[in-house]
Formats: sequence, C-alpha cells, structure tokens
Amino acid sequence: MAQQAVTQQDFEPRIVAFLCHWCTYTGADLAGTTRQQYPPNIRVVHLMCSGAIDVVYVLKALMDGADAVLIGGCHPGDCHYQSGNYKARRRVAILRNILTQFGVSQDRVWLKWISASEGRLFAETINEMTDAVREMGPVEFKLGWDV
Amino acid sequence: MEKIGVFVCWCGSNIAGSVNVERVAELARELPDVIHAENYMYMCSDPGQELIKAAIRDKGLNRVVVASCSPRMHEKTFRKAATYEGLNPFLVEIANVREQCSWVHQGDKDAATRKAFNIVKATIAKVRRNASLEEIRVPLTRRAMVVGAGITGLTAALELADAGYETVVVERDDQPGGKLRRLSKTFPYHETADAILLPRIEELKNHENITLYLGSKVTEVTGYVGNFEVKIETSQGEEAEEEIGALVVATGYDLYPVEKMSEYGGGKIANVVDSLTFEEMLKKSMESGEPVKRPSDGKPIESVMFIQCSGSRDPEHHKPYCSRVCCLYTSKQATLISEQNPGARAFVSFMDIRTDCKLTEEYSQQNTEELGIVYIRGRVSKVWDENGDVGIWTADTISDQRIEMKTDLVVLAMAVEPSKGYEEVSQLFRASTDTNGFFQESHIKLRPVESSTMGVYLAGAAQYPKDITDSVSQALATAGKIQSLFANDELTQDPLVCSVDPDLCSACGLCVPTCPYDAREVDRRAQFSRVNEALCQGCGACVAVCPNKSCGVKNDSPTQVLNQIDVLVEDESAA
Repeated sequence: MAQQAVTQQDFEPRIVAFLCHWCTYTGADLAGTTRQQYPPNIRVVHLMCSGAIDVVYVLKALMDGADAVLIGGCHPGDCHYQSGNYKARRRVAILRNILTQFGVSQDRVWLKWISASEGRLFAETINEMTDAVREMGPVEFKLGWDV
Repeated sequence: MEKIGVFVCWCGSNIAGSVNVERVAELARELPDVIHAENYMYMCSDPGQELIKAAIRDKGLNRVVVASCSPRMHEKTFRKAATYEGLNPFLVEIANVREQCSWVHQGDKDAATRKAFNIVKATIAKVRRNASLEEIRVPLTRRAMVVGAGITGLTAALELADAGYETVVVERDDQPGGKLRRLSKTFPYHETADAILLPRIEELKNHENITLYLGSKVTEVTGYVGNFEVKIETSQGEEAEEEIGALVVATGYDLYPVEKMSEYGGGKIANVVDSLTFEEMLKKSMESGEPVKRPSDGKPIESVMFIQCSGSRDPEHHKPYCSRVCCLYTSKQATLISEQNPGARAFVSFMDIRTDCKLTEEYSQQNTEELGIVYIRGRVSKVWDENGDVGIWTADTISDQRIEMKTDLVVLAMAVEPSKGYEEVSQLFRASTDTNGFFQESHIKLRPVESSTMGVYLAGAAQYPKDITDSVSQALATAGKIQSLFANDELTQDPLVCSVDPDLCSACGLCVPTCPYDAREVDRRAQFSRVNEALCQGCGACVAVCPNKSCGVKNDSPTQVLNQIDVLVEDESAA
C-alpha cells in the first residue's frame, strides 16, 4: 500500500469508455452538439457494437491505469446487430465477478444503455460516474502488487 | 515505414475556442512517424482539403489523422480527398475532438487540450495498423419476391413487375386479396373494396412478370442482399426454389381475438362481434339487398353499439398502442348500417377520436352530424345478453351520467396485431420485430421501409397498423427502394467486415453460433473458420468470443483496440 500517496483531492480519475457506434457513440456526439458539459476524465474507444467488447479490453484498461470503465450500448431490443447488447450484459455480469475476486470493486465497470437521442443522459452519466469514481479513489490495481 | 500526417481543425472557434489547436499540432509533430502536422481554420473547406492533398502529394504521407468533428460528419469528405491523391481512403482516420472534446469541455482549455492530444495520439495508434481496403463487390439478381398478396403485397408486386422485374409472390391463402376481400366499402368515398381489389387481382394473375404461389409458404431463406435463395412449399406440397435479389414482407395483420375481450362478451355472446365480422355482415347485406341481421336470431338490426379501443391503448391488460384505423372504419360502419337498415341507430363508445388521415376528419364529422351517430365518451363497464338483446352499462364522462342501454348488436373495434405466424417470418428473413411483434424499421423517420436486414423491405400493416392509403404508399415505397437497388450493375459493400488469420484460428467454432448473420462457418478441411464477407455486417461479436483472437473487424482489430487503450490510460499531464 506504499503507493497510496495519491490523496483524494488531487486524484483525477481516468475513465475509459467503450461506446457502440449506433447508439451511445452517437449519443455522445449529440451531447456535444447540444453543448452538454461534463468533466474531461473520459476517453472513448469507438466500437461497432457493445457485443464486440472483449473482457480483456476492460481488464487491460483497468490494469494499465483506468480507474473505471464505461460500456455504452443500445437499449435492450434496439441493438443494431440484433443481440449484441445482451451479449455485453452477460459478459459484464461475469466480469464483475472476476473483478471482485481480484479485489477490485465491481462498481468500477458501468454498463449503460444510452441511445443516439440521449445526449443529455450521456453527459449526466459521465458527470455521475466521474464523481462516483473520484469518491472510490484510484483503481485497486494501482495500490500495490508488490506482494 | 509509416509516414503519418496530422491535421488539426479549428472549426472556426468551435474547436479552437476550447482547445489549443496549435499546441495539439506541435505535440503531434513530436510523435514517432509523424512527419507532418498542421492546423487550419476549416479543414473541411476547399483550402483545408487542399492542405491535406498537398501534404500527401509532397511528403508522401501514407497515413492521415484529421482531428476535427465527429467521423459521422466529415469522414467521407476527408477520405475522398485522400483518394484524390491516390491514398487508400481507409488509411484516413478522424480524431473526434469537437463533439466529444471541445464542445463538452468548454471551461478548461488546458484539460481539453490535453484530452484532444490524447485522442489524436490514440487515433494515430489505430491508423498505424490500418490496411488499405477495397469495397466488396457482389453480383446482383434482379428478381424480387413479395410475401403476402393483400393490397400491400400485390401493389408492390405489380409496381415491380410493371418496372420490368420478374417478381415472385408467395401467399399462404388459396387466393390473393388478403383482408380487403372481407371488407364492404372503404372510407371516405364509399368505394367498394371489390372495386379497388378485383381489377388488381386480375392484373396480378395475368402479369407476364409475376409468378404467383398461392396456398404456399416460404420455408427457407439463405443468402444476402442481391442474392437470396428461397425455398417455397407449394400448395401441392412440392418444394420450389427461387433466386431473388430483394424482397418485401407484406404479411399484414390479424385482429386481436375477440375472445380476449370477454369482459365485453367477446366469444361468449352471439350478438357481440368483431369489426371484420361486421364488415362481412355489411358486405353480405349489400350484395343480397336484405337488411343486416343479428347473428343470434336473424332479426334485422335496429341499433348497434360500437366499442372503440377494444384491446388497444391498454398497456396493462392488452395492447399499449393505438390501432389507428378503428376510429375511421367505425364512422364508416356506423354510416353504412343506417344505409342498409334505414332508421337504425348507431352509438359509439370511445376514449378519443383520432382521424389523422386525409379527409377523414371531415368524413367523420359529416357522418356524425347528418346521421345523428351518438358518440359517448367513456368506457363500457358491463355487457350482458338479455334474450338476444345486448345490455350495456357505460358512462358519459362529458355529461357525467351513468347510462344503461340495450342494442341489437355490439361491434368490438378489436386491436390490430401482427398476422399469425409473424415470428416465423421474422426468423426466416432475419427481420426483427418490435415489442408488439410489428416488423421493425431501420429508422423510424429516415428508413421507414427497410428492415434490419439489407434487401428485406417492409410494407403495410405488418410494420404498424395502417389504412389502405398508407399501406399502398408504403408498398410503392418498397418497390421504389428495390428499383433503386436493381439500378446497380453490382452491389458494393463496406469492407469493414471481419477477417480471420488462419494460422491463429483453431477452428473451435465459437464464432459460428454467436454471429447474428450466419456469416461464420468452420471449413473442416482447411481447419479454420471462414467469414462470408457478403453476409458479415462487421459487428465484431465473433471477435469478442474468439479465444485466440484470430479474427478481427478489419481496421479495428483487437490489437488496434488494445493499442488505443494503451494511449487512452496514459497520464499526459506533462503535455
């Protein structure tokens, strides 16, 4: 726990977001078009579908420095590829389990359905998430693997 | 060796107002393999594009990153500019620093600048591994199929056949015409359904470009847009095969079963009928010249209660949606009964009256005023049989009175629901349905007749409840879409589909069931899993399940995603 020098105050969380092309990425664009404001802590990876998200991507992000990961997909029933968001939902459920076993809070992975028309919801989600992750502190992976 | 060029757009003050664009270009210039970086006021303008072209020309750039608005805005513009200089368009990527950076972080220029640079850097990490791609070209079969030969299907089929395309029509009934065969007259001009339908049926049966399968059904569909192979079980129980390039799903509707409204006596009281049954009663009376008689004892009908929204607009018990046509045909039926049975009174129990089609408001008003149709706003609370008469309890919520009355007949304007067997049709054609079972359009405003599968179009009440006018309009729209498709010599497809590295693939087959488009198949002889590029839509579902990471979406491989993550988690506070 030697590296826990980072204090809550100067901690700026880094959030990596995997957004599906058809809904959430477009929703994030709409947040911009409508000039919603949210903190610059988020970095976006564009994917065609939330069903294309490999658990490895999420783990890689968390292990390499992201304090939280957002997965954004289409609302249930709206997937452009029929069922990708259901695949993502199942995968995330298992991933949360794995994280707990690693000693990482499962609340660091957020799965949100945000449609192309929900720019405001996207901004609200990022605001809420940034606050929540700031509260949680740096990802447990940063806290010491020097066992 | 990559020679990467970075072009940072100001978008006037849209980006430059909250991002230090010069700084971003300056930092980009320091990155490995970036041999050119500049910024300009409007990259999408002609002089802006000229800067990109000149740099490709003069410095031999082989990768380009434009930091600008969302790729959804100008990706095509910049890719086209690159093509002009001989650079493959797929070697150009957009860093979205407007919608997802400058516009949403307007207060903190330093942070926004750092983030913009980070986005540029991640985009460079991606484009570095992009490959030159060519659009996929596939041949095209210029024949169409229409499923369902109601007014919608036969309109689409005749339009296509008249345009010179061979059209296969598959209808499960033993005669064409669909629900319109059962109707008496149509609103608002009281033209008979037969006058509308029968000449069209004759045309359909005798058209040289139409192959009509009656009493038949589609049993199997393989292939993809431009090249479907369809198996049809004919009325003789034989199997026919047809090759087609596109098809229209016009499977229509059924009424929500009258038994579901048992609280109104549906299925229990003989003199409570659904609206299609009443149409048939009207039609029979028109043909025989005899008055409309009530089912229980044949007594000529002197009064009718029409109950609107029977099963519609009731999300808790029945259907949540408005069936759209009931208000219109009820006004017509109430009018026709007083024509067929002079002196007969018509009452309508309603929640709201919705007359949203051309001329129908005027039509409905005129009927009400001239014939004295009595509209009672309220919901019927009880319906019972009284020696053949139908007893009704209701309330008029406008005058606030309880009403008890007796009529000869109750007509339930039953909800319109998708035609029986729609699930099978949905699976066969990979056309998804909404929560109510209606076929789902690609975009409710911009692509209202396209299904989720390319080459499969939707028309009529199979997509949502519609009157004849709207069904015909939509049928013509599908025929138009198919003619546009058939105007091509061959089809081109986005090449951003999945690909497989045969050396890494262990032929485990996990990708096969996960693919929503049947685009993956394990080649047992070659011992790896192939991608059918014409079927693949590039969603990447197979990539996620591949244990060896032997497959990836082209220009968006797992390595490229991981490389982007490497950059995106970097602490760039030094910037």
